[in-house]
Amino acid sequence: MGRTVIEKIFAAHTEDEVVPGKVIWLDLDARSARDFAGANVVKRFREAYPGERVADPGKTFFTFDCNAPANTIAYAQNQRICRLFAREQGIKVYDVDSGIGSHVLMEEGIAVPGATVVGTDSHLNILGAVGAFGQGMGDVDIAFAFRYGRTWFEVPPTMHIVLTGRCEFPATAKDLTLFLVGKLGSRGALGKAVEIEGEAVEVLDMAGRITLCSMATEMGAISAFLPPSDALWEFVEGATGRRDFPYPTADPDAEYIQELGLDVSGLKPMIAAPPRPDNVYVVSELEGERVDTVFVGSCTNGRYEDIRLVAEILKGRRVAPGVVLKVAPATRRVWGQLLKEGWLEVLYDAGAVITHAACAGCAQGQIGMTGEGEVQLSTGNRNFPGKQGKGPTYLCSPATAAASALLGRITSPERL
Amino acid sequence: MRPTVIKGRPWVIVDAEGNLIDDIDTDQIYHNAYLAVTDPREMGGYAFSNLEGWGDFPKEAKPGDVLFVGENFGAGSSRQHAVDCFLALGIGAVVGRSFGAIYKRNAINSGLPLLELPEIPVAALRAFEEVTVDLESGEIRSPGGRVIARARPMSRVALEIYRAGGLLELKRL
Ligand code: SF4
Repeated sequence: MGRTVIEKIFAAHTEDEVVPGKVIWLDLDARSARDFAGANVVKRFREAYPGERVADPGKTFFTFDCNAPANTIAYAQNQRICRLFAREQGIKVYDVDSGIGSHVLMEEGIAVPGATVVGTDSHLNILGAVGAFGQGMGDVDIAFAFRYGRTWFEVPPTMHIVLTGRCEFPATAKDLTLFLVGKLGSRGALGKAVEIEGEAVEVLDMAGRITLCSMATEMGAISAFLPPSDALWEFVEGATGRRDFPYPTADPDAEYIQELGLDVSGLKPMIAAPPRPDNVYVVSELEGERVDTVFVGSCTNGRYEDIRLVAEILKGRRVAPGVVLKVAPATRRVWGQLLKEGWLEVLYDAGAVITHAACAGCAQGQIGMTGEGEVQLSTGNRNFPGKQGKGPTYLCSPATAAASALLGRITSPERL
Repeated sequence: MRPTVIKGRPWVIVDAEGNLIDDIDTDQIYHNAYLAVTDPREMGGYAFSNLEGWGDFPKEAKPGDVLFVGENFGAGSSRQHAVDCFLALGIGAVVGRSFGAIYKRNAINSGLPLLELPEIPVAALRAFEEVTVDLESGEIRSPGGRVIARARPMSRVALEIYRAGGLLELKRL
């Protein structure tokens, strides 16, 4: 019987029989903990395994991104606990200067096609963008993974989505993603792996692949996987100097639990209104609503391409009076590239507040929260009440964010 | 060795109309107002603290009791409290139509047995004083020993973790 992508990846990392519904022991190529939950991982590890070593320090990482550099004493303490543990165990820390952990794992060539990675980040399935299996887990799970380099996993069934048509600007990867989240709903892919194919996916740049895979979480999916592309291989080569990784693709006779065909031609810019990511509308339906603040960043839309697009739209203009535009690049590398190519200057001139690379507004980090009634547009992935402050949060693409910042109202980018 | 046959009173988690409640999230199981509690024994007192109609559950629950729940039980956040509160009360097993993915991992990792049973025989269960749940076979029996439902048996790995008393107690791989 043929195998799906996730079954292929699992089969290469286990002795057990890989069948949906079966629980297997999975070998992990990398395991990581971030500053949120990292200190708990250390505590659990010390209690359960006093005096013992992690399985392989070379495959074990800390990534600090939630609150970087720490602006609460609690986070500072937690980061310190992780650093000391890392020093003692010989573990590499991607410290507060590095950026969002999941992106760092890809940029550093730790998450490569076919790899298995777990960490304390609930959006680690973003690694599907490079054809890796990534999974967020709790502190007990990660303490165990640190110690043994393996974990148990129930092989999920796979759902197959084939998109027809191309989506063209002003519809971007984020609009495609929101469209899918809206179609599937938060339980639409619950407990399943998802394979998404079609021209609209093949043409995505790396930032777009990341956007799409990052919101698998909001569809309830274990992970989303896309076919390889030139953009993918270019990125992987940049990260590792190699292109010869076997990319996991499904066998022609792979078995899917569900097949779904969707036409995305003529897709319009989409927006998720509060209080849930699957509460999705076409931007024009909400056009004109007042916007107080706009956040561009997060693991979903904090790549170079995302922020450059915002800068291109804003070039030579200024955000509307009274609107606060907050920008946080996903990683230090992204930040550096934007800086050196002059895009940060463009954003500065447009009136943006720019912070260093991290989760920033998405994790209640440095770039500020909203107060009651303060309307925020975010390029992130979650708009649950309270996640980014007291105000209502809408999720949209970088292009919609930029257009709306300029006018101070929800605005579809083609209006400009 | 911990028992793989659990005997206890059935609790069917239903709404006022007697229907199974779906999508009970971790906030309804264990309200975020009590997240600062660190003593697991104390957590028991807050089980279902935010689930309408179930406020007295902690007072009435007894060790060995078995919960029967609806779809997507434990959806939402990854808080461990939502598992630990049941362990604190000595709940013997949770049988549900389906579980949130993270909840399922947390429960199994902490040694709280979970069984999946797509159709829960609500009326039958509510009539029984006691049921027996066999974690290995998935069989659920009436006090007289009749099989009233067959849940998906726990996986070999989940049983191994349960027997060890939790994932972090599993020292031999
Ligand atoms: S940007 Fe937000 S969703 Fe992404 S990893 Fe950071 S906190 Fe999580």
